[in-house]
Amino acid sequence: MIRLVIFMILLAFPALAEEEIVLGLSHDQVAITATFEGSDILVFGAVRRETPIPDKSELGVIVTIAGPDMPVDIWRKDRRAGIWINTDEVEVDAAPSFYAVATSAPMRDVLHHVEDLQYRITAPRKIRAIGGQVSDSVAFMNALIRIRTDEGLYQRLEGAVDLEQDTLFRTAITLPANLTEGIYETRIFLTRNGRVIDEYITEIPVRKVGLERWLYNLAHNQSLIYALMSLAIAIGAGWGASAIFGMIRR
Amino acid sequence: MQVYLPIAEISVNAFLLLGIGGLVGILSGMFGVGGGFLITPLLFFIGIPPAVAVATSTNQVVASSFSALLAHLKRKTVDMKMGTVLLVGGLAGSALGVLLFNFLRSLGQVDLLVQLCYVLFLGVIGALMFVESLNAIRRANRPGARVVRRKHNWVHNLPFKMKFRVSGLYISVVPPLLVGVLVGVLAAIMGVGGGFIMVPAMIYLLGMPTKVVIGTSLFQIIFVAGFTTVLHATTNHTVDVVLALLLLIGGVIGAQFGTRWGVRMKAEQLRILLATLVLGVCIKLAIDLLIQPTELYSLTAGAL
Repeated sequence: MIRLVIFMILLAFPALAEEEIVLGLSHDQVAITATFEGSDILVFGAVRRETPIPDKSELGVIVTIAGPDMPVDIWRKDRRAGIWINTDEVEVDAAPSFYAVATSAPMRDVLHHVEDLQYRITAPRKIRAIGGQVSDSVAFMNALIRIRTDEGLYQRLEGAVDLEQDTLFRTAITLPANLTEGIYETRIFLTRNGRVIDEYITEIPVRKVGLERWLYNLAHNQSLIYALMSLAIAIGAGWGASAIFGMIRR
Repeated sequence: MQVYLPIAEISVNAFLLLGIGGLVGILSGMFGVGGGFLITPLLFFIGIPPAVAVATSTNQVVASSFSALLAHLKRKTVDMKMGTVLLVGGLAGSALGVLLFNFLRSLGQVDLLVQLCYVLFLGVIGALMFVESLNAIRRANRPGARVVRRKHNWVHNLPFKMKFRVSGLYISVVPPLLVGVLVGVLAAIMGVGGGFIMVPAMIYLLGMPTKVVIGTSLFQIIFVAGFTTVLHATTNHTVDVVLALLLLIGGVIGAQFGTRWGVRMKAEQLRILLATLVLGVCIKLAIDLLIQPTELYSLTAGAL
């Protein structure tokens, strides 16, 4: 009986121990400096296996990079008294500030929707828990994804992972300039026939550095000093301008 | 050259910001306005979050007003006493405005309030200025007509009278206080110095002589805008000093050219140009409110 159960389990998860991800990253951190214009992250790796390549099923690779989760309010405008104002609101508890999904083939070929629900891979699955004040919350969700996609913050890159001889894979993901700092969770999934057979998780810290870091900390931790500094710069610039004007007029 | 703004958390072309600062500087040099009413909508347009745009503009107003005030101090055209009374009202109004701003931000209606304020005030001021300068041009063409000196109105019958020597006035402190409060609220909500409201109010409501109006208005605007900057920075953390600095540099250079071009033009022509500009901004903002936007949805940072 026990043998039968083990046999059944092995049959059900045939590939679990057979294929594993070995990973490399071009950056192990991203520094936001004053002249930050975005960054390309190269994710590359190989599939390690003890047995020959199974030829009956299709191998897929999915790479996701997710920025820190943030709460966000989605507003919809409606016409009231002739002008367009925000009327309906949906509060999202946690939506990644950045989310890129790259796959080696069209999404429906590499990922079964049940697996998507479990591992939360596509953007709609990744965004969590909506406070349901409106009937059509799906439209709000789509709007969130659409707006962030237009800003380059959400990316769905189907077919962007190069998979060679079912062994080597690589993809480049562009982080835009308007990044939020935090820990960027990077996940790589190996799938066969849409079923996840291995998952690899690593982190890429994104940090403001140097002057940017200093100003941000000052503005949030010692806001009064920051405010007085801003005023001093303004007064100084105003005085400087007046002095230079005076010199030129003379 | 892209520059990452640490508070706005976006990357913007530095030359674009210098250009905006420069353009507004030219206008403030020509017309003697702070330019806050132009800078804030332009910053919205290039994608700076509205809260950051409003707060940072107040800082920019401090700089341009201070520069201009120094020139007026040399000419002794500043009524310190009147300025101080306006200031007391202004500080109260500014605190009220920041409270209102934060409350509306939590309701998600800040953009609407800011836009409505702009449409309303730019529309009224622009139209008044346009009509007034048209009349002035007509008067100039008919040399026989003379400006009628204003008589005493209800403003002069209120209690708590005070002597303002530089302005040559003996009036109640209530109207200047109220004007100050109004301008303070506007400074906080719209990110403007409020000069375009203050100047007409001082001339027509308080009856101050025109030559001391601009200097006195600048004197009190510096303090109100400075106070507003501090309030925004300490309660909202939305003042971006890198953004302010880039706008300032552009503004200083632009103002220099603006002043030179301004002296070659007639006062009425300048006023009518400014009125057209103000009305133009107003109409653009009104259209945005009236026409169905292409994107009905918008995102704001949620509360934890």
